Amino acid sequence: MSAVLEVSELRKSFGGITAVDGVSLSVDEGEIVGVIGPNGSGKSTLFDCILGQLLPSAGTVQVDGREVTGMRPCDLNRLGVSRTFQMLQVFPQLSVRENLILAGQEHRGSMLARLLGAGDAGLGPSAQNMIEFFRLQHLADEFAGELSYGQQKLLDVAMAFMSGPRLVLLDEPAGGVNLTMLATLRERLRDINREQRATFVVIEHNMDFVMSLCTRIIVLAQGRVICEGAPEAVRADPQVIEAYLGH
Amino acid sequence: MTGLRLWGYVAAAGVLVALIVLPQSLKPYGIALLSRWAVMAIAAVGLNLTLGYAGQISLAQAAFLGIGAYTTAILTTNGYPFWSALLLAGGLGFGVGWLLGYPALRVQHHYLAFVTLAFMTMAYLVFRNEAWLTGGVFGINRIPRPSFFGWSTAKPLTYYYVCLGALMIVLAGAWWMIRSPWGRAFVALRENPRRAMSLGVDIRSYTLLAFAFGAALGCIAGVFFAPLVEFVDPSSFTLADSLGLLLMVVVGGSGYFFGPLLGAMVAVLLPEWLRMTQGLYLICYAVLVMVLMVFCPSGIFGLFDKAVRPFNRSAPLAIGKEARR
Amino acid sequence: MAGLLQLLVSGLATGATYALVAIGFTLLWQTSQTINFAQGEFVMVPAFIVLAAMRFLDFSLWPALALGLFCSLLLLGFLFKRLLVDPLLKHGVLPLVIATIGLSILAKEVVKNYYSGEAQRFPALISGDTIPLGGAVLSVQDLINLTVAVAAVALLQLFLARTETGRRMQATAQNRTVAAILGIDVERMILYTFLLNAALVCLAAYLITPVYLATYSIGEGLGLVAFTAAIVGGFNQVRGAIVGGFIVGIAENFTAVYVSTQYRTAVPLLLLVAIILFRPQGLLGRAEERTT
Repeated sequence: MSAVLEVSELRKSFGGITAVDGVSLSVDEGEIVGVIGPNGSGKSTLFDCILGQLLPSAGTVQVDGREVTGMRPCDLNRLGVSRTFQMLQVFPQLSVRENLILAGQEHRGSMLARLLGAGDAGLGPSAQNMIEFFRLQHLADEFAGELSYGQQKLLDVAMAFMSGPRLVLLDEPAGGVNLTMLATLRERLRDINREQRATFVVIEHNMDFVMSLCTRIIVLAQGRVICEGAPEAVRADPQVIEAYLGH
Repeated sequence: MTGLRLWGYVAAAGVLVALIVLPQSLKPYGIALLSRWAVMAIAAVGLNLTLGYAGQISLAQAAFLGIGAYTTAILTTNGYPFWSALLLAGGLGFGVGWLLGYPALRVQHHYLAFVTLAFMTMAYLVFRNEAWLTGGVFGINRIPRPSFFGWSTAKPLTYYYVCLGALMIVLAGAWWMIRSPWGRAFVALRENPRRAMSLGVDIRSYTLLAFAFGAALGCIAGVFFAPLVEFVDPSSFTLADSLGLLLMVVVGGSGYFFGPLLGAMVAVLLPEWLRMTQGLYLICYAVLVMVLMVFCPSGIFGLFDKAVRPFNRSAPLAIGKEARR
Repeated sequence: MAGLLQLLVSGLATGATYALVAIGFTLLWQTSQTINFAQGEFVMVPAFIVLAAMRFLDFSLWPALALGLFCSLLLLGFLFKRLLVDPLLKHGVLPLVIATIGLSILAKEVVKNYYSGEAQRFPALISGDTIPLGGAVLSVQDLINLTVAVAAVALLQLFLARTETGRRMQATAQNRTVAAILGIDVERMILYTFLLNAALVCLAAYLITPVYLATYSIGEGLGLVAFTAAIVGGFNQVRGAIVGGFIVGIAENFTAVYVSTQYRTAVPLLLLVAIILFRPQGLLGRAEERTT
C-alpha cells in the first residue's frame, strides 16, 4: 500500500536562496509525524510546497500514490488534505458554527447543490459534533473574532477536520496556547487520529508537545533532512543538538 | 431579533411601501425616473455580485445591458413575446459571462477587468456598426411594452410596477444566494482567500459564477430597459456607462446588500437635483466620488455601518449586510 | 512597398508616443500599486493647459509649453500623489481605481465645460510637411515624434539604469520592502515616479496633439492604449511597456488600412485578450508566482 504522503527530492529556491534543498519524506496512514528544526530550516516552505501554496522548483509530491505537485490548495483539499496555519486564520465575522460549516461545505455536493440546497449544506449535525468534541458548546454562536486565542486555535484545528481529511498538516498548532489548552489539544488530536485513522504532519517548535504527540520525528536544518526517527532517538542525536545549538 | 435588526427591517419595509405608493402622485417624468432607477438597480445588483462579493472589476456591465436591450428590441419588434426575450437575454448574459471569465480567470485573477474592457469596446462597435442587426447608429425604435396575461403595461405607472416587481424578484434571488453556502464562501474568499482555498473553496469557480450571474443580471436589466425607453441606440451602452454603473455600486457601498440600490438612486437623481448647474452635475458627481473614496471607501452604506457599529454588539449580522471589516 | 514603409513609420511614431504613456502607467503600478484610470486624461490635461495659457494668458508657444510641464508636474505628479493616492492606497487597489475613474470624469468635464467641447488645433512644434524617401512620402511630424519619443525612452532607460536615483527607483519598483531595508527613501522614490509619469504624459501630449487635435475626449482612447500596451508588454517591466506601445501603435495603423476602419479601436484590445490567453505574463514579463 502506498504511503499517504510521499515527498520526493523537493526543492524550492527564491532567487539565490534555496529554502528547501532536496527533501524526501514518506508518511504512512495513521502516523503522526513531527517536523522540527531551527528557524529558517525550511519547514513552512516545505509545507507551502506540499500544499500547493508555492510551486516547487523541483521534486514531486504524491498523496495516496497520486501526483499532486503544484495542485491548487482547493483541489488538494478535495483529495482529503487539509491544513492549519501558523498565523491564526479563522473567520472573525462568522460565528463558530458558521466557520465549521464553511470548513466542511465544499466537500458536499456540487456548486449548484450548494446554491439551491439547505442553508447549512446539510452540515448542521457534523458541525454540532465538532463543537462538542472540541468543547466549544458555550461559544457556538459567538463571533469567532470574540474568542480567546486558545479557543480560536481549537476552532482552527476543528475546521481542518470538518472535511474528514485523510491527511492534515498542522503548522505550529501549539503556538501561543496555554498549558491546559495544550493538553486538551493533544488529547483531541490523538482521539481523532485513533478514530478516523487520520494522518498528521506537524510543524512545531514546542519540543514537549511534539515529542509527546508524535510517533516519528523528522529534523530539518538549512533545507535538508538531517535526522529522522523515534522521538527519543532524535532528541539524543548529536547532529540535531548541534543544529539547534549552532544557531 | 435585535433592536437594530428590527429597525433595519422596518426601514426596508417603509421604503418598499413608499416605492409602491408614492409614484401614484408623481408626474409621468418622475415615474419614468423611478422606473429607470429600478432598471439600473438591477444591473447594479448584478455588478455588486461581481465586484462586491467576488471582488472583480467588470467594465462590461453596460455591454450586457445593451445585449439585453437589443435582444428585446429585436425580438419584440418582430413579434416575439417578451418572455422569450427575457429567457434568451438571461441565458446569453450567463453564457457570455462564463465564456469571457473562464479563460481570463484561469490565467490570472486580475485579468478579468481587462477582458471586460475589451468586450465592452467590441460590443459597442458591434452595436454601432452592424446596422443589419442593431440598426447601427439609428438604433431600433417603437419597442412595445409587454402584456402579461392580456394586461397591457403601456401606461407609465403600470410599467413602473413591472420594473419594481422585477427588482424585487432579483433582490429575493440575491438574498437567497447570500444566505446559501455561496454567500459564506464569498465572505470567506473576500476576507482571507488563502484560508478559504485551503478549506476547499474554489476561488475560480465562485468568481466565475459570480461574474456570470452578474452579467446575466445586466442583460435582464437591459430587457426591462428597452421597453422603458422604447428606443435603443448604441449611445446608451458605452464604456462611460459601464463606469457609471461601477460608480453606482461603489458609491452606494460595494459588498453591501442595498448598496447598489442607493448608488443607483444617487446616479439617477443627482442630474435632476443639479439641473440648475446645467451639465456640471458630472463634475459634482466626480468630486463626490473622489471625496467619498478618500473619506469612506466603503461607500455610503459603509458610512452607515461605521455609524451604527458601536451599537451593534449582537450576534453576527446577516452575511449580506456585514461585508467589510 | 512604399506604402508599407509609410505605414511602418507612422505606426512606429504612434507607437513611440504610446510607449511613453504606457511606461508611466507601468511605473506607477510597479512602485505603488496604482492603476491610474485617468492616464489618458493625464495626457489631455497638459495640452489644454498650454492652449489655455496661450488663449487666456497670452503666452507664446514655448512659455506655454513650459507652463504646461510645470502644471503637469504639480497637478498630475505631486498633488495627485498627495491628495488622492496616499490616502487611498491603504484601502487597497479598488478605491484608488474608482477615484481615478472619478478623476478622469472630472478632467474631461472641466475641459469640456470651461474650455470647449470642440476639437482644437494645437500649434505644430516643428513646421514642414513631408519628406520623400524611396518612393514613400513620410510625414516630418511622424519622424520627429519618433525621434523625440525614442530619444526620451532611451534617456529614461539610461536614467533608470545608470544614475543613482534611477537605480533606487528601480529597486523600489522591484521590491519596496527590500528597498526600504537597504536604506532607500521609498516615499521619495515613489514621488519621483509620479513626477516622472507627469513629465512623460506631458511629452506625449506635446507629440500627439499637434497630429490628432486636442479634444477633451482624447484621453479615452489613449488610456485604453496605455493599459493594453502595459499588459502586452507584461505589467511588470518598463521594457515591456515600450515594446507593447510599439506593437499597439503599428497594429492600429496597419489595421486601419488593411482591415475595416470601423473596428480599428478593437485591435489593441483583441491583441490584449490574445496575449492574456496565450501568454499571460505578456511578451516580456516573467511568469508570476502563484499567490492564491
